[in-house]
Amino acid sequence: MDRYRVIFAGAVITAVFAFFVLAWIPQRQLSAVVPLDPLQPYSAEQAAGRRVYIALGCLYCHSQQVRDPGFGTDQKRGWGRPSYPEDYRFDEPHLLGTMRTGPDLINIAVRQPSRAWHYAHLYQPRAMVPGSLMPSFPFLFELKERADLADDVVALPPGTAPAGRVVVASPDARRLVDYLLSLNRNYARADARNMGPGH
Amino acid sequence: MTTAPAPVIVYEDSPPADVALADRVAADRSTRQPVLLFFHSAVVWLLVGSLTGLLAALKFQFPDLLNGTAVLTFGRLRTVHLNAVAYGWTSMALIGTVVWMIPRLVRAPLFAPRLAMAAAWGWNLFMIFGLAALFAGYSDGLEWLEIPRGIDVIVAISGGLMALSVLVTVARRRTQHFYVSVWYILASMIWFPIIFVTANLPIFTGVNEAAVNWWYAHNALGLWITPLSLACAYYFIPKVLGRPIHSYSLSLVGFWALAFFYSLNGHHHLVGGPFPQWVITTSVTASVMMVIPVAATAVNFHYTMIGRFTALRHSPTLRFIVLGAMMYTVVSLQGSVEALRSFNRMVHFTHYTVAHAHFGVYGFAAFIIFGSYYFIVPRLVDWEWPSGRLIRWHFWMAIVGLAIYVIGLSIGGWLQGQAMLDASRPFMDSVNVTKPWLLARTVGGTLMTASHFVFAYHYWLVVNRRGARRVEPAWSDRRSYISMRAPGS
Repeated sequence: MDRYRVIFAGAVITAVFAFFVLAWIPQRQLSAVVPLDPLQPYSAEQAAGRRVYIALGCLYCHSQQVRDPGFGTDQKRGWGRPSYPEDYRFDEPHLLGTMRTGPDLINIAVRQPSRAWHYAHLYQPRAMVPGSLMPSFPFLFELKERADLADDVVALPPGTAPAGRVVVASPDARRLVDYLLSLNRNYARADARNMGPGH
Repeated sequence: MTTAPAPVIVYEDSPPADVALADRVAADRSTRQPVLLFFHSAVVWLLVGSLTGLLAALKFQFPDLLNGTAVLTFGRLRTVHLNAVAYGWTSMALIGTVVWMIPRLVRAPLFAPRLAMAAAWGWNLFMIFGLAALFAGYSDGLEWLEIPRGIDVIVAISGGLMALSVLVTVARRRTQHFYVSVWYILASMIWFPIIFVTANLPIFTGVNEAAVNWWYAHNALGLWITPLSLACAYYFIPKVLGRPIHSYSLSLVGFWALAFFYSLNGHHHLVGGPFPQWVITTSVTASVMMVIPVAATAVNFHYTMIGRFTALRHSPTLRFIVLGAMMYTVVSLQGSVEALRSFNRMVHFTHYTVAHAHFGVYGFAAFIIFGSYYFIVPRLVDWEWPSGRLIRWHFWMAIVGLAIYVIGLSIGGWLQGQAMLDASRPFMDSVNVTKPWLLARTVGGTLMTASHFVFAYHYWLVVNRRGARRVEPAWSDRRSYISMRAPGS
């Protein structure tokens, strides 16, 4: 066989082999998992909020995975129980993340269930967490002279918003917070036989 | 009456000098247009990528900077930066370089240069639509695969056309010998369409999608950017020195070990994550095994260079490429250590990884690309680079900027990891300790960006044939210029 064919075959075989080992076999293995826990699919509002989360690039600074207690201090920080593959079965795209410039968010709804806190924090993170490096997202809010009855008014510390105006959450802000408040993967796992870390 | 086609002569070794020269002229003529298009485009994307990266870095000093619109929020600038430098600058520049090399290496003109031209235009179209979509907030949400799938089709076709052109050119070779650069280039041209298309198949969800995501993202480095950059180093180091590569068989060990081990590296990005541990262990093992191809390549380059290191002062090509190859060795060994669970525990999820990524893609790949430009461009436009001073400014700002960036951010990332691993410290400690080092990153990034503007300006000068016509290159080092010009005086 001449070298051309050797390289051609070698390139195809190595790439396909790696794909099978790293992606295909694990998928077959995990498809045998029967989830018995109370996780529900995202509602339409939550799914829309998830798209806002992606569009703003939140995933580049926030992971969504709690690691095993033997591997880091995630659990000691109160971030919840270790994550398992079935916790993500409604996630498309996955948002596991690779950075913790900010804290992990997979159980943020447990740690911070207040809608008002999230609104204020998104409007101006440094008003709620001094020293935070998170971007502020004022474009997710509207400034009004006076709030309507149906509006979600954002309660802010004095001096954060322009004087004489009220800050009102936009539909995107409402959806994003809907999504954040859906992030709870801290329920007890129903079936101990399910596959997870260590198996 | 038909005339029989002239027999194609395949030479065992080197053809007579006049034939070799005629072949090279024909080879260069066939690639000139597409290479220039790839090179022009890459320089533009380099500037776009540098400015978005710099602005993203500044947001860590001024988090409320330009916060009036979603278009300029950190999450979008960072994404545009990555895609502009990975697919626009690095990929297009490397394709231009290998398109230029391949016909020379196989002594056959490029097959259907129009295919390569179409690929270059397609690639630019992908970049324009892709980056516009990212700015507008349309993202697939997968790192390295953010550009929406509908737009991805354009680059898949372009990559396929490019692969076709290169594969047929090599099939029409008039050499028996396959130089090692040809191995790397052929394999990469096959790998990229495979990994890119499979990664975009919408058949995975949840953690399985994370698996495909990292299988792809690491292979974009391991099976695309790395082998193409190595192909350049293997071509230019012997070329400029005028001496053969130290060991041909060692370079083949390097090739096959890279093909087998690098392709399995991806899941070290999932260490500690919710995924079957045997798969992650496979990737950790493969990451450590990368020591073999890296050591083979490093030894080979070193023994080729040995005794000739003074040439780095005369040749900007060699200076950038040899330094890039050295950084390849260091950053790869660093990567092997980083994959180990004990080390990963500390640096995963921190800025240390960001420093490592820039050390690799910039210190290794971009440096090799810069060196390749300094060699190829004068031969495309028949004009020497007009200014040695601009080359020196480019080099020193880039290397000093990179050093500040990588060292600073590595320290910051390490401190961040330390703070996160101490549960008694509040999370905000891990943010606060990074602040001075994030400032260092901005300073380093500013220098790197400035060097790119110098480089782009100089590139503009040379392609427009500005400055005096030179009969010899502008020296990259003033002292060597003086010592070469006036020996003994």
